[in-house]
Amino acid sequence: MTTWKAPLAVLLSTSLLFGCSQSKEDASAEKEKESAPAKSVAASSKLDGVTAKYREYALGEIEAFVTSTEEFTNAVKSGDINKAKEVYGPARMHYERAEPIAEVFGDLDPKIDAREGDVPEKEWTGYHRIEKGLWIENTTKGYETYAEQLMKDVTLLRAKVETVEVTPELLITGAVDLLNEVSTSKVTGEEDRYSHTDLYDFAANVQGAEKIYQLLNPALKEKDEALSADIQKRFDNVYNLLNQHKKGDGYKLYTELTKPEVKQLSQAIDALAEPLSQIGIVTEES
Amino acid sequence: MEKKPQSSTEESSIFDKKVSRRNVLKTAGAGGVGMLIGASGIGGLLSLSDTTVTKGETIKDVIPFYGKHQAGITTETQNHLYFASLEVTAGSREELIQLFKDWTEAAAAMTEGKAVGDHSGNHFLPPKDTGEAAGLSPSNLTITFGVGPELFEKNGKDRFGLKGKKPKELKDLPKFPLDSLEDKWNGGDICIQACADDLQVSFHAIRNLVRIARGKAVIHWAQTGFQRTKQADSKKETPRNLFGFKDGTVNPNVQKETEMDQQVWIQSGDGADWLADGSYMVVRRVQMYIEVWDRSTLRDQENTFGRHRDSGAPLGHKNEFDKADYNKKDENGQPAIPTNAHMRLAHGDGKQQILRRAYSYADGMDPQTGSFDAGLLFICFQRNPEKQFIPMQQRLAKNDKLNEYTVHKGSAMFACLPGTQKGGYIGDTLFS
Repeated sequence: MTTWKAPLAVLLSTSLLFGCSQSKEDASAEKEKESAPAKSVAASSKLDGVTAKYREYALGEIEAFVTSTEEFTNAVKSGDINKAKEVYGPARMHYERAEPIAEVFGDLDPKIDAREGDVPEKEWTGYHRIEKGLWIENTTKGYETYAEQLMKDVTLLRAKVETVEVTPELLITGAVDLLNEVSTSKVTGEEDRYSHTDLYDFAANVQGAEKIYQLLNPALKEKDEALSADIQKRFDNVYNLLNQHKKGDGYKLYTELTKPEVKQLSQAIDALAEPLSQIGIVTEES
Repeated sequence: MEKKPQSSTEESSIFDKKVSRRNVLKTAGAGGVGMLIGASGIGGLLSLSDTTVTKGETIKDVIPFYGKHQAGITTETQNHLYFASLEVTAGSREELIQLFKDWTEAAAAMTEGKAVGDHSGNHFLPPKDTGEAAGLSPSNLTITFGVGPELFEKNGKDRFGLKGKKPKELKDLPKFPLDSLEDKWNGGDICIQACADDLQVSFHAIRNLVRIARGKAVIHWAQTGFQRTKQADSKKETPRNLFGFKDGTVNPNVQKETEMDQQVWIQSGDGADWLADGSYMVVRRVQMYIEVWDRSTLRDQENTFGRHRDSGAPLGHKNEFDKADYNKKDENGQPAIPTNAHMRLAHGDGKQQILRRAYSYADGMDPQTGSFDAGLLFICFQRNPEKQFIPMQQRLAKNDKLNEYTVHKGSAMFACLPGTQKGGYIGDTLFS
């Protein structure tokens, strides 16, 4: 969660804080934009197959998310707190993998995934609301209605994602956005601040980004073999680190990580995201 | 503070900057005329209407990057510093060499006020240069690279096949009495010192170099530093430290080549020949207890440094640059410059000299005490630390009265690499 806030925040900051002296620059930026689409349209036909495959992947994840959410909300509704806690982390992973698509719906994303303080208290629903009940109040009582609502919202999401048009741009920006999510909220332990299951979300975001990389990789290799190899190496490095923090089928709690371990994870994401941000070269004509 | 009327020379130097700014944008291909106006506002307009670019002669704020020595050592101290100590994470020697090559190219461009990398029109890619220095003058930017002891060998491991090249002088400084070092301010495999007359320009330099290094090196620690600016001190007096005293009066003369060869530049035959024309850099992050200092009497303060606060003259002398007579007695028959005064101990028998290039720092509040976290990022250069900085610091750490008011939190030594010529790269003698 959080990127649903981003477009608004970016808009506000550019217009209010930095906007005063930039009109000319904006104008020249506009000009550049005019020439850019011609290029990318030509290249995008090559990427049609890729977008279809990604759509299939993301829909599959959302499908699985419906199932896992059902399991989670049923546990909450039936008062099985241990079960609810057990499935909370893994259930969310499907959502986190498919975030570039799931977040297209600016109304549903906050309902499902807002953290405390992201929205007014009265409107706060979804996974993290129930998370607080489970871990802070140590109860499911009073959270049945939230579970009910969550299931409805996730079902609606499933129906809506069918309508998303997957463009090459969504993939290119989506891959890095997933890692930016890791950098700004997972690696800081803010995402799952009560359950401390942040590493599940962390891993899922990385997997989601890797999927996009794999799909674009044939086109990328044609452009820049070395870049492709570098990205793969950086993914491997992140997975190596994550594997050191495995516990049973899942991951250690965020609170079990030492400060140097957190820093190492954060820097591994930076080292991966930098070359991954070059993946947009696949839009260029050779 | 009184505002001094702007002199005509100041005006013309400001004018030169506008010219260079324009030139820079043109050469960087960063945008057209509209962009120029947008980026630099009225300044840009002035430069367009009133001056013509004359093949770069008017640019006075570029320090050449290429040369026998790296810039930023004997260069006249700029207003600002951004210093970064990096840990190398690269897995191979080849990666490390490529990093130095990429850095050299980017650093050379930035010191000329140019952007890093070519401007790509592809909107699906992040811009190569981070952009915050677009339209700014080069601001006398210098970028100086150094290598630390652990680049050669770490935990007994020869990481990059460099072990055999390690100079014996390059090692962690010995522990001095009263040192209170913290790992977070210590050491580093590589250092980058970016000095400029504009802090945004220095930060831009470090930021882009660290970005280029992603996956090959990470920041270990970093520190900004400042001095009084040249604009604020048109008389170019010796800068004052945060204790209010002039600092650096006895620095060797950087204009005298023979003096620099004797004191600062490593000579071939000194030990590591690949390092000839480089220099050893010592960095100490010295926190100053400024609250404590502020409540000590003027006499105490002056006795601590051994100098008059106002004039900077040695105690018992009249002028800042008077040769200090360490035998001089005051009216009570005591040494005019106390035996534990900073300047006396630093001077010793006068045999050791270092080239000081320190900056003050102010990093907000020390969360532990609520005091300022402010002090000195002490940087000095020398030909041989064992004969220069180390004996000096041993005397100071034992007896200096200044120790009541300071604590050394960070320490590092780097071998600043020799300079390189166009076509070469910083570090080429290390890797060849």
